[in-house]
Amino acid sequence: MFEPFYISFKLASITVLILFLISLPLSWYLSQTSSKIKPFLEALTALPIVLPPSVLGFYILVALSQNSPLGAFFKETFDISLVFNFTSLVIASCFYSLPFMVQPLQSGFESLNKNMLEASYLAGKSTLQTIFFVALPNIKPALITAIIITFAHTVGEFGVVLMVGGSIPGETKVASVAIYEMVEIMDYKGAHIYSAIMLGMSFVVLLSVYTFNAKHKRKFGL
Amino acid sequence: MIKINIHKALHGVNGEMSLDVNLNIKKGEFVALTGASGSGKTTLLRILAGLEEIEGKIELNTSHKHAIGFMHQNEALFPNMTVLQNLLFIAKDKELAIHLLTLTNLLKLQERYPNTLSGGQKQRVSLCRVMMQRPEILLLDEPLSALDAKMRTKLQIDILKLHKEFKTTTIMVSHDPSEIYKLSTRTLTLENGKIIKDGNTKEVLLKTQGSQKFSFEGELLELKEVDVVVIAIVAIGQQIVEIVLSKEEAKNLKVGTNVTLSTKSFSPSVH
Repeated sequence: MFEPFYISFKLASITVLILFLISLPLSWYLSQTSSKIKPFLEALTALPIVLPPSVLGFYILVALSQNSPLGAFFKETFDISLVFNFTSLVIASCFYSLPFMVQPLQSGFESLNKNMLEASYLAGKSTLQTIFFVALPNIKPALITAIIITFAHTVGEFGVVLMVGGSIPGETKVASVAIYEMVEIMDYKGAHIYSAIMLGMSFVVLLSVYTFNAKHKRKFGL
Repeated sequence: MIKINIHKALHGVNGEMSLDVNLNIKKGEFVALTGASGSGKTTLLRILAGLEEIEGKIELNTSHKHAIGFMHQNEALFPNMTVLQNLLFIAKDKELAIHLLTLTNLLKLQERYPNTLSGGQKQRVSLCRVMMQRPEILLLDEPLSALDAKMRTKLQIDILKLHKEFKTTTIMVSHDPSEIYKLSTRTLTLENGKIIKDGNTKEVLLKTQGSQKFSFEGELLELKEVDVVVIAIVAIGQQIVEIVLSKEEAKNLKVGTNVTLSTKSFSPSVH
């Protein structure tokens, strides 16, 4: 009965992992550069916030379908279809949640004391060492915020998932889509249970983020 | 020996200017770098540290790659590490770290995090941290400017101690004549990106050497006419003094300008 939740969480976990790996170099670059392409990259990453999910979903669908060069390539080479399955959900979620990972990390990195980073470089530490031992440990609140909000936002997505994944039970039917369908068939009891779980969990997640950040601020003055 | 011959265009607070420095510094010298703000002191230091791109050439003649230590004006400690971890992150040499903390009386603070330290303690830890690189050239960018007088004295002693023990060639930006006098052997004055004065610290600071007279630079605050004389109010450092002048003498003075007060042939008493 709770399979849609399982799919939601699996999707969110994988999305967080992929997005973290993509966003770490991207947000670091954006935070350190003064290049002219920075506003373009920033605007591109922020697009999913303002675009209607249906627009995003439509373009992803067009780009991944078997009629597109990309979709055709995957179909021919790996015999994988990129739409209406779990893989397509992951790809769509990565686009949809990208700003929620990049933006907190970027503003975290930007808030770091430049002198502190220079001190690390001057001692001969590489950029990678500086990111992992100096930068990331000092933006823990931003890091936690990025991960948790990306996770929660992915669990909460609806429009994009519906367009790209459809609603295949056990494959692409996530919790939010399940609620929509329950309401449609007037299964209000089920909708109540699912919605209450979503509401409760979302609140607990946000509460723990804010509690952690407040504690961290007291301890390290950051 | 350090040989510096550089050129860099700067877009400073005072508009466009170029930094042109041609200079040799002997090994083991303690050089004070002074000059008005915006004259290029920090930039020169950052260039030496390799933090800025330039035209020209610098020969540092150091024996190892990370032989340049740079200490920032403001605190740059790693907040996520304890005092000891801050030092060990730079170089895994616990013996040296303990030695440095002992020299600067910070040993009992080794397990503390930076945000629990006072401003002076943080700067002393920063100083120890930069010494972990075993620098041959030590660059200090106004390391004491944010500290109170007592803390300054303490850190001045530490800086001199470390300079001597590690035999570094040290270049320090400073505005404080007493500090420059205490620490350095050579003073460079930078103005609009050019070195306008270069000499032995004592000669540069004691402008009146040998002739037994006082000479102070100050700002003329006010000229008051009282009967036949004029009283000039002059600010010298933190002190305000009154000087009696004749009307003739006061004629060419303008309020708000810098003036020199000097007197000849008398023996002052120092209390």
